[in-house]
Amino acid sequence: MHFRFTQTAIDTESARRELQTLSAGGYVSFEGWVRDLNEGQEVTRLEYEAFQELAVKEGDRIVAEALRRFPIKQALCIHRVGSLELGEMAVWVGVSSAHRGEAFDACRFIIDEVKHRVPIWKKEHYRSGDSGWVNCERCAAAPQHSHAHHHDRSGAPKSTESV
Amino acid sequence: MSAPTLHGLILAGGLSTRMHRDKAALEYQGRSQLDRAFELASRHAAKVFVSVRADQTLDPTRAHRPMIVDSVAGEGPIVGIRSALAAHPQVAWLVLACDLPFLSDATIEYLVRERNAAGSAAGFATAYKSAHDGLPEPLCAIWEPAAAKALADYQAGGGHCPRKFLIRHGARLLEPQDARALDNVNTPEEYIQALSALSALSVRDKVTPMQLKIQYYALMREQAGRSEETLETSASTPAGLYEELVARYGFTLSREQLKVAVNSEFSDWSRPLKLGDAVVFIPPVAGG
Repeated sequence: MHFRFTQTAIDTESARRELQTLSAGGYVSFEGWVRDLNEGQEVTRLEYEAFQELAVKEGDRIVAEALRRFPIKQALCIHRVGSLELGEMAVWVGVSSAHRGEAFDACRFIIDEVKHRVPIWKKEHYRSGDSGWVNCERCAAAPQHSHAHHHDRSGAPKSTESV
Repeated sequence: MSAPTLHGLILAGGLSTRMHRDKAALEYQGRSQLDRAFELASRHAAKVFVSVRADQTLDPTRAHRPMIVDSVAGEGPIVGIRSALAAHPQVAWLVLACDLPFLSDATIEYLVRERNAAGSAAGFATAYKSAHDGLPEPLCAIWEPAAAKALADYQAGGGHCPRKFLIRHGARLLEPQDARALDNVNTPEEYIQALSALSALSVRDKVTPMQLKIQYYALMREQAGRSEETLETSASTPAGLYEELVARYGFTLSREQLKVAVNSEFSDWSRPLKLGDAVVFIPPVAGG
């Protein structure tokens, strides 16, 4: 199992230990945090929701792909669900390998693919009292507008990322 | 003298203004209205064509069928009927609107039988009387070649309504055999009513609609007002099911924005659904 969800704060120390092996010369990790501003709106908190049964399968497939594509030793991704306050960690990716280059590459690959492919949704709550599902509400308001959304893996970097 | 050969014409050029989407593509019991009407007409007419506007010839709902493209000026069903009469001047046309979900073989059989019995005395058309107001129903009717010139004159004189044409020029009128047979479906509300009425009919006919389990997430959970349900449906694919659910819950996301999962694995929109399948529609994701 290379991908899992947690309802509580991500324990990065124990996650890091899962990647340790004597053949690894180092490890790279990425942490995604809840930010206070998105698209000009002041964010007060986030809610993450996942279709966990499929999300775990898809997340596992992504990490397995990374292990095939890059000469790395171990990799793991942990994602929070539930209500998160500003500054809390929403996602953690860790990769150990013999050398640093492929660890950076694989870590980047995993977080990018997770954001595009895994059925996880986030609702932003704003200082204004308003709230909205990221990537869903604005699209719905302008259905004739052709846009790249998160199913489009070739799309440009998304402006709605929180991490 | 025997009556002219009968061809079928399915009218599918309407703008579907009140439905807010193409009526021809609406699904009942897993098939589009257009396909249902086309197959019904094919059981009673030698050849069947779909009547389309010039800008609809590449539309995927229509493009795989033989078509008659509007060739005369103007708007509305009269243009489709006149274009068919012009394209095949020796042929009579069983004209069917595509938005009549309750139309049955019995209704068409009776129409054809009465028209053939009249032979060359059928005049311009054979049509049912409306169960609601007794006036002729021009869009479930057989139009004879003889009507071509009179229709052209009528339209040249500013007329555009096939029903008024039949009132003015006379048609062979039949009593409706089934009060609901010609009810048409113009709005999302009428579509939902027709779906449940058709499911009730299927139950009566021992064709049990399928029970599916559906889970909703994120925006769709909020719009449906529930996170899961077991639903009886006549849809046979995720695509048809989504159409039904849009009509029921008013989901704002278009199908192009979604992915779909069946039994916790990504699926095609055209995969045949089986009893007990668990379906999840997946809005644009936003992890990380």
